[in-house]
Amino acid sequence: MNITEILFWLLTAVALGGALLVVTSKNPVYSVLALIATFFALSGHYILLNAQFLAVVNLIVYAGAIMVLFLFVIMLMNLNTETEPQKNKWLKLAGTIAGGCFLLVLVAALREADSKSTMALVGEGDTGLIQNLGKALFNEYVIPFEISSVLFLSAMVGAVVLGKK
Amino acid sequence: MIQLAIDLAFVLEKAILIGGIISVSLLVAMYSTWAERKVAGFMQDRLGPNRAGPFGLFQPLADGLKLFMKEEIIPNASNKFLFILGPGLAMMTAMMTSAVIPWGKQIEIFGRTVDLQIADINIGILYIFAVLSMGVYGIMIGGWASNNKFSLLAALRGASQMISYELAMGLSIIALLMLTGSLSLKTIVELQSASGGWWNIAYQPLGFLIFIVCAFAECNRTPFDLPEAENELNFGYHQEYSSMKLGFYLFAEYINMFMSSVLMATLYFGGYDIPFVNDASLIESMGMNLVAVLQGLSLFLKAAFFIFVFMWVRWTIPRFRYDQLMHLGWKVMIPLALFNMLITAIVVLIRENGWPF
Repeated sequence: MNITEILFWLLTAVALGGALLVVTSKNPVYSVLALIATFFALSGHYILLNAQFLAVVNLIVYAGAIMVLFLFVIMLMNLNTETEPQKNKWLKLAGTIAGGCFLLVLVAALREADSKSTMALVGEGDTGLIQNLGKALFNEYVIPFEISSVLFLSAMVGAVVLGKK
Repeated sequence: MIQLAIDLAFVLEKAILIGGIISVSLLVAMYSTWAERKVAGFMQDRLGPNRAGPFGLFQPLADGLKLFMKEEIIPNASNKFLFILGPGLAMMTAMMTSAVIPWGKQIEIFGRTVDLQIADINIGILYIFAVLSMGVYGIMIGGWASNNKFSLLAALRGASQMISYELAMGLSIIALLMLTGSLSLKTIVELQSASGGWWNIAYQPLGFLIFIVCAFAECNRTPFDLPEAENELNFGYHQEYSSMKLGFYLFAEYINMFMSSVLMATLYFGGYDIPFVNDASLIESMGMNLVAVLQGLSLFLKAAFFIFVFMWVRWTIPRFRYDQLMHLGWKVMIPLALFNMLITAIVVLIRENGWPF
């Protein structure tokens, strides 16, 4: 067991534990904080796979911006354990089944992947480095990339329009 | 048995480097509080602290001792875990920035060549932005956990202010990255200190202006210290805090100030580059270690100047109103940064491909 393996298992434990806490904790603020911890663990995994750019962007965008907005909403609406509305039983059941189906599909899709036994690619894989990623995005995938940026722009304009009402 | 393949000397080297940099940052932050009061005294035609030791130099020690001795109060209705987590997070995120900053070129100890940088990762600037965006949590969690309406309002203000100014800051950095073509801070400094290379301030004056304004807002310093506007919010997000937990919040602000000063020096003013001197030929004539000390000193002098600018502005310019702050951030800074980015992109394109018409 070398150091990358120890890191891998540690990060996996943090990610799974954090994700479980998100679902199980009664206080929504704790849920958000656990989700942030999960994102950190996932970023650690990205770094182990030598995808530093992905790791740091995951932190900036998800842990840094989106989760702050989540916290904002929760704090402003002052959601507490007492006021949190309980979803009905059938909705919970449906959610569990849908999530289980998604897990099944993911496992089935990744079962045949050739990298399923690789834990870490420290200093090996180079697709996640910013230089290669940038070249791939602006050469092969330039049209999907630009289209998605237009999509983001329209979402932004839409948010402003809704906010002005 | 678990066998760990770790180079012990490497770990030791990094541990000493981390310890050294953290203690230096803490020391600088400590004396920033003293310097702030001296500068304030000078601006207001007073003496400033002058009782404890010569020139009041022991004043930070006395203040620290006072904060340690104060009673630790945790409000009954607060969320105890998060209440303690808040100041810890603020302190930690403030310190984490120092990991990617190059403090000097190299030194040679016991035949080992040691880089004076904790981690030279190829996404250095993005790492700093990630840490900066984590800085919001210290304020938000502390403000919310206090269970005080004023604290909560201040925390929300602080968070929205930091998010808004982060955007303009990122855009101003993008223009810089287009010129240097690298995200690694070490490469950026080396490009500036190469012979014939100019400091980035010569190419990016507008970018620097945007960056410094955003740095003020990120550090919650006057004129953008809305999260602790005492005439509206009593004492801001750390209203319920006492003793060293309050000290952590106040101290984190000074560490943030130091780190952004170092960052400004690194990105726009040549980093550890000694001005008017060719560093490479200096290394040949004076030896590597002595030059590294001089380089570190040069970086610290540049940073000290920016810390002074922070204080100068604080005691000169009054606080913004909240709507003015948001107006400045979204309607002035971001368009200016976009404009700067556009101009830089055009210039870079023409320089690389020639005039197309």
